[in-house]
Amino acid sequence: MSSTADKEQDKEASRRDFLFITAGAASLVGAGMAVWPFINSMNPAKDTLALATTEVDLSPIEEGQRITVMWRKKPVFIDHRTKDQIEKARNVSLSELKDPQSDNDRVQRPEWLVLVGICTHLGCIPKGQRTGDQLGEYKGWFCPCHGSHYDTSGRIRKGPAPTNLPVPPYKFTNETTIQIG
Amino acid sequence: MAGGPRRQYNNPIIRWIEYRLPIVSTMEATLGRDMPTPRNLNYWWSMGMILTVALAIQILTGIFLAMHYVPTAEGAFDSVERIMRDVNNGWMIRYMHANGASLFFAAVYIHIMRGLYYGSYKAPRELLWILGVLLLFIMMATAFIGYVLPWGQMSFWGATVITNLFSAIPLIGETLTTWIWGGFAVDNPTLNRFFSLHYLLPFVIAGITVLHIWALHVHGPSNPIGISPKGKHDTLPYHPYYTTKYLTVFGITLIIFAFFVFYEPLYLNHPDSFKPADPLSTPSHIVPEWYFLPFYAILRAIPDKLGGVVMFIASVAILFLVPFLDTSKVRSSRFRPIYKQFYWIFIADVILLGWCGSQPAGGIALLLARIGTVYYFAHFLLVMPLVGWFEKPRPIPDGISKPVIPKERGDIPTRSSPEAAE
Ligand code: HEM
Ligand code: FES
Repeated sequence: MSSTADKEQDKEASRRDFLFITAGAASLVGAGMAVWPFINSMNPAKDTLALATTEVDLSPIEEGQRITVMWRKKPVFIDHRTKDQIEKARNVSLSELKDPQSDNDRVQRPEWLVLVGICTHLGCIPKGQRTGDQLGEYKGWFCPCHGSHYDTSGRIRKGPAPTNLPVPPYKFTNETTIQIG
Repeated sequence: MAGGPRRQYNNPIIRWIEYRLPIVSTMEATLGRDMPTPRNLNYWWSMGMILTVALAIQILTGIFLAMHYVPTAEGAFDSVERIMRDVNNGWMIRYMHANGASLFFAAVYIHIMRGLYYGSYKAPRELLWILGVLLLFIMMATAFIGYVLPWGQMSFWGATVITNLFSAIPLIGETLTTWIWGGFAVDNPTLNRFFSLHYLLPFVIAGITVLHIWALHVHGPSNPIGISPKGKHDTLPYHPYYTTKYLTVFGITLIIFAFFVFYEPLYLNHPDSFKPADPLSTPSHIVPEWYFLPFYAILRAIPDKLGGVVMFIASVAILFLVPFLDTSKVRSSRFRPIYKQFYWIFIADVILLGWCGSQPAGGIALLLARIGTVYYFAHFLLVMPLVGWFEKPRPIPDGISKPVIPKERGDIPTRSSPEAAE
């Protein structure tokens, strides 16, 4: 068994350990608190955050035509869909989809499809907005960067993108105008 | 860095400095006349010097570019065009910087291939190797960020695709990408911080290079037969023997570099770089710079976002593990008849991946990229450990000088060149 002196020493050592650990922990917290303002300074600044809304007049968009508008520095696709395109989007069973969502849940009015036009893979702008663009195997949009195919509801059908093109928050302010954001 | 007795200098100024800061003797002991170096190093060992030169070229030209460059989304593209047209000799400085990056990568890839062939990563040089892979990572980050600065179409979309890689990380991905961008897309805040980091990282590279060379100094360079020097008769002072030998490589490299800078400055460039960044239109075919192509092919080969990103990073990070994956006790592939063949298959595989990465997504290139990716990882995870176990190495000479010194002579032929040992 250890002598009293040894025990004394053990006790000393453990008190020292305690001091080390608390001092160490305190300085870690202090360092973290000192670093955070710097890390946070890289987050979006207040002016960047200032939410913008975009109004779009839909009346000049013909059936079958697609236009691109900007919202929060992101392209938004507005598609005036044809009967055929709507039907294509609705005649799909959910089990065939990688990110299952019915077409009905993605539109407020079937003829108007509104999408954030950024490929959910790595952020390219999919082709399909201009006449003559490749539309992909599902006749919606095609992202040439790494080959993602979207259907006429903007849902991912083939390729590396994990999710459907997102639908931004928007509302109809009258019969022919929407406000995005 | 070096212990032991220091050299005595006759020059009183050097003596005065040495007494207070032994910098001259430290340098001579690191890569000078007091660094005993295996006498049989071949030209593949010259890349360290070329890499140092490349870093110096990048830092020097970069400092002068930064005097004219404007790091804003509004001004960047125009300021680079101004450098090209109006700034005195600006075109030359920019072409040196742009092609200097390619020189840097060409040298680092040859340097790594040398290491893989001659087993330079084996004990006791594991940490030296790991520091090297770290340098490769920081180089890649620096070059990627630099490529964004001119703010052309390829800059912008390259930045978009690569920063979006982080969004694949579960839970924190979105927050992290927004933090990296300083906004909701690649934009002015992104460009500002990229410029700041592009200025900083080369100096981090310089700092880690000091550690890399320090680690090199501890056990000295490996050599083509992979047997450590057994005494003075196996070594030569680094200076003047290798400094002069590698001066040849330096000269040839400068000639090739000058050819590109002055005659084919845009050979490695992409036409889309001449269009200013347009956040509304992605070029129909995004390709990274040549030095990223094999890794880009691996990214695209995996049909899953997170999986692709993980494999993309793993394809470089796996180099960290090489010292622990290779089970063979024999360093140099010269004495490894089976591994040597796998080595060349691996090199061919990387070139194949590079070609796949340059092609549009899909079709035969995608299929080949998938096969190439499987083989790439199999080389590290299967070939390296298994061949090391099963292979019977060729007989290994007793020492560096042995193969050329007739037994009867006993002493060293003093006039033979370092290559005589090969
Ligand atoms: C590891 C070393 C470095 C590498 C690999 C590197 C790489 C690159 C690359 C690939 C570009 C794009 C060139 C182009 O296509 O125009 C670039 C641009 C630039 N770099 Fe660097 N760089 C390095 C060091 C530096 C340093 C130390 C500075 C500043 C002191 C600097 C300042 C710049 C500037 C201002 C630009 C934009 C102008 C331009 O595009 O020519 N670089 N860099
Ligand atoms: S960014 Fe669209 S497929 Fe990769």
